[in-house]
This record gives sequence, structure tokens and C-alpha cells, in this order.
Amino acid sequence: MTRPDLEAIAQWVAPGARVLDLGCGDGSLLRHLWEKNQAHGYGVEIDDAEVIACFRNDVNVLQLDLESGLALFQDGSFDYVILSETLQTIHRIEFLTREMLRVGKAAIVSFPNFGHWRSRLQVLAGRMPVSDELPHQWYNTPNVHLCTLHDFEDLCAKLGAKIRERVVLHRGRPVGVLPNLLGSLAVYRVTA
Amino acid sequence: MAGSVGIVEAQRAVFAEPFRFRSGAEIPRFELMYETYGTLNAARSNAVLVCHALNASHHVAGTYAGAPENVGWWDNLVGPGKPLDTNRFFVIGNNYIGGCFGSTGPTSVNPATGKPYGADFPVVTVEDWVAAQARLADRLGIERFAAVIGGSLGAMQALQWALAYPERIGHSLVIASTPKLSAQNIAFNEVARQAIVTDPDFHGGHYYEHGVVPRRGLRIARMIGHITYLSDDAMMEKFGRVLRRAALGYDFDIDFEIESYLRHQGDKFSTYFDANTYLRITKALDYYDPAGDFGGDLARSFARARAAFLVVSFKSDWRFAPARSRAMVKALLDNRRIVSYLELDAPGGHDAFLLEDPRYHGALRAYFENMDL
Repeated sequence: MTRPDLEAIAQWVAPGARVLDLGCGDGSLLRHLWEKNQAHGYGVEIDDAEVIACFRNDVNVLQLDLESGLALFQDGSFDYVILSETLQTIHRIEFLTREMLRVGKAAIVSFPNFGHWRSRLQVLAGRMPVSDELPHQWYNTPNVHLCTLHDFEDLCAKLGAKIRERVVLHRGRPVGVLPNLLGSLAVYRVTA
Repeated sequence: MAGSVGIVEAQRAVFAEPFRFRSGAEIPRFELMYETYGTLNAARSNAVLVCHALNASHHVAGTYAGAPENVGWWDNLVGPGKPLDTNRFFVIGNNYIGGCFGSTGPTSVNPATGKPYGADFPVVTVEDWVAAQARLADRLGIERFAAVIGGSLGAMQALQWALAYPERIGHSLVIASTPKLSAQNIAFNEVARQAIVTDPDFHGGHYYEHGVVPRRGLRIARMIGHITYLSDDAMMEKFGRVLRRAALGYDFDIDFEIESYLRHQGDKFSTYFDANTYLRITKALDYYDPAGDFGGDLARSFARARAAFLVVSFKSDWRFAPARSRAMVKALLDNRRIVSYLELDAPGGHDAFLLEDPRYHGALRAYFENMDL
């Protein structure tokens, strides 16, 4: 549990909640949620090695492609559907966001803020941004849909989703003023 | 270091009591062949039942004395230091009732007539196999299995264990399987059965008394089966259009490698497998449909399951494609059961469950290692 957004997410998840973690990696968030407050659920992960790591972490994991949606899950069957630092790799973001709001009573989404001043400066200087949050070069990045806080909030408005909470971070610390400029990582709790 | 369980001995459990089949038919007594590997712990909590698919037997791992070439069918999975580690687990293989490797089946003597049952042996079901295995578990003093594991038809038994004896199984590992056969699956089975029953040597199933075996039928049945076990890609990779002779023969002898392979598999199979058992196994496959008693609602049929599940499918498996496994996962999720699902991009087709893919075996190893006993 070293990623700062995971701490923020863990604080929002109520004890005993049912959680679906999309793009769960090795399952460390789910394991943390279970150990911290007996929140339980399933991870969804496509990578073979990460799925095996989930087994080692004693986390239930389903090897599925998020781009095909969440057809295996019933409406409202989870308290929280989490998408942490995965949004920017998804092709069908509108579709998946709708699916998250269908399956979960709330969706928790975190993503790197492309509006951070360093990204803006690098673009101004004529280069695609590379940073701690966006470590890849343009030619090898898994990211296909980068966005800023404003962009994400516009999408929520378009989908009729209500933003219930927001935490903006930079290097693990909350950012109060000018979050779209000074924050490098955003975490939202959204409901239908 | 991973090793072999070494030389093993098959054992026979004799049940001097009737067995009633799902069909309503009954036999007065029965026997089950089994093998065990590893040691049952003092708490009797480390037993794992391995269920076999169509043509395999109770000989899961190791070899027999004087027959080093006779290696168990899942030896790559089961052994000391292997993914299903016999240093930790007490592993049991068994030959199902109706089988032809020593468990009571069509080749066994019918006490009523003194002759082999042959065609008179009841049609068996997956439910029957599991009910008989439960008697074997009683006999071995195993109240509850840590896990039941199988691939294909074996996985149907692992699933059925979770449905029929929810309190007696900790984990159900359902690999390369389906909760019911499709029309296409049944169609392939029917072609195989027709090949057998129309063989002039079949004699209505009483071929033993004629001293013959419907070898041609069995051979064709096996050839059809083998086509469905491999993916198109795997078959092309393995055989391509490679010729067995210098040039096309312009006759009906073997031209291509694949023809030679199928004939060889068919020939081999017809020397050791019983045609009456084959007919019954394919029927057991066709009939299995746990949702059938629940108006086709798979989720409702899974409601009684209590086990944790690991469901595994292989993308290249067109016989029991991943969508069938996902249907089971969905039914388990609908019931809020503990389930993990592995959908591996492995090339082997249906037979991938028998192969030693590092991701597949790595996952099974991690799953078993994490299992509380």
C-alpha cells in the first residue's frame, strides 16, 4: 500500500462493505481493505502474473477484460466499484463508467491529472509529458485517454453522475488551492 | 525440487451394499478402484479428490512397479513439490462407477447372471459418480475434502460435489468445463455413439459373449473426440499439412500426418477402452445439467454450494469455450460465493488442462499454497 490514492480510497470504504476493484493488480488494495475493515469482494485483472499474485494475496480475482464491460455483475450488487489509476488505459470510458454506476452503489475513480502544471509546461515546451504519475514515453504508454479534473467532471455531468467527494493529491499530500494545476493525482467518489 | 510420487499401487474398495443410480436402476454391490498419494494428516483436513475425464483412470500420478512407462495422467500436476503438492496434501484418484479400469462397470460380472453386465449395466450420470465417490470418502474416513479438482468431465464432478455435498468440500476447482453440453457437444457425442452401436461387432452391447470388441466403432469415436480436444491452431501447429509419404498418393491410404495421428490414437484407444463404458460416459456428459431441476436457472441451482471456487478456462478451447465458464462464474457471483476465475490465453484447446503451461500451473500452485487446511 504505497500508492497515495489507495490510502484515500481505503478511508472512504465503510467497514464490511462489498467491493469490486477493477484493474486490481496484485490485489493489495483488496487485501488492505479486508485487513483494515473487513470489506470484502473481488478484483478484476487481465494480466496473468497479477492474477497469480492475487491468489498469493488471498484475494478473489476474476480474469476478465474490462473493455467487455461488467456483464457478470448484477445491478447494485456492490457498495463500491473501484477503478484506481486504470481509467486512463480504458478505451470505452463512457461505457465502463456507466457499467460501474450500474453495478455499484458508488464508484471510486482515481487517475493522474493531466492538468498538473508540469504536464502543461512540458506540452508548452513541445513534448508529451513524462512524470512520476505518467512515467511512460508517448510510444510505449498504456494510457489512451488522459484527462484533467475539469474533463472528468464534465464527463460525470454528461452521464448524470453526482460527485460526492473528491481528493486531489500531489506527492501523497492533499492539494487545497488550484487543484487542477497543482494536483497530480485525483480521487473521486461518484454515484448515479 | 519437484519430483514424482514414485511407484504406486492401485487399491480396491469393495462395497457389499446396493448402489441406486439416478435412473432408478440398482446394482447389488460395487467396487471402486483408487490410488492415494501423500499422507492424510491427523485432522483429516488435507484430502484432495482428483476426478478424471473421459478416458483416464484412478492412476493420476507416479508409475507402477515393473511398468515405468505407465505414468499417471496428471503426473505433471501431482507430486512432491508439484502444484498439487503431495508433501502437503493427501491426494486421491479414483475410477468412476461404470468405468473400465477396475471399478464396477459394464465389463464386471453381473451377480444375477454370472456373465458381464454388458448392455445391462445402468446408464450412469455425473451425480452417480459423485454419490459413489462419497461412499469411498466415507470408507477412507474423510468427512470433508480440502478440495475436489477435475478438468472437463472431471470438473463436472468437482462442481457436482459442491452442489450435492456442500458441507463436505472446501474448494471446487472447475477446469475447462461447462455446466451443460451444447447441442453441438451432444451432436459430436451422438456421432461417436452411432459409430459404436452400428459396428457389426457391437451385438447390442453383449459383445463380450461373442468374444469380439466393436473396435472400428471405438476407433472412430476416439478420432472424433480428438478433433474436439485440439484447437484449429494447435492442430495446424502440430501437424500442418505435412505428408507421411513422399508425395500425394491419389488413393485413400494415409497422406497427411494428422490422418496418421488420428488413426494411431483410435487404434490405441480401441485396444484398452470398453465401448459400453464409452457410450455411458458420453450420456453422462449429455445429461449433466444442474440447472435443469431449477427451470434452467443456473444461479438458483448453485445456491446450495458453499465451497470456494476456482474456475479455469482456456481461450483456445472451442469444445467448452470460456463463455461456459463465465456462466458458472456469474451464477456463483449472483449467489455471492467465493470465486476466482482464470481465463488463460493458452493455445492447447480443450486438452490445455492436461498441459504444463507455466501460467496455468503457477496459478494452481499459488491457489493450493494459499489454501487453509
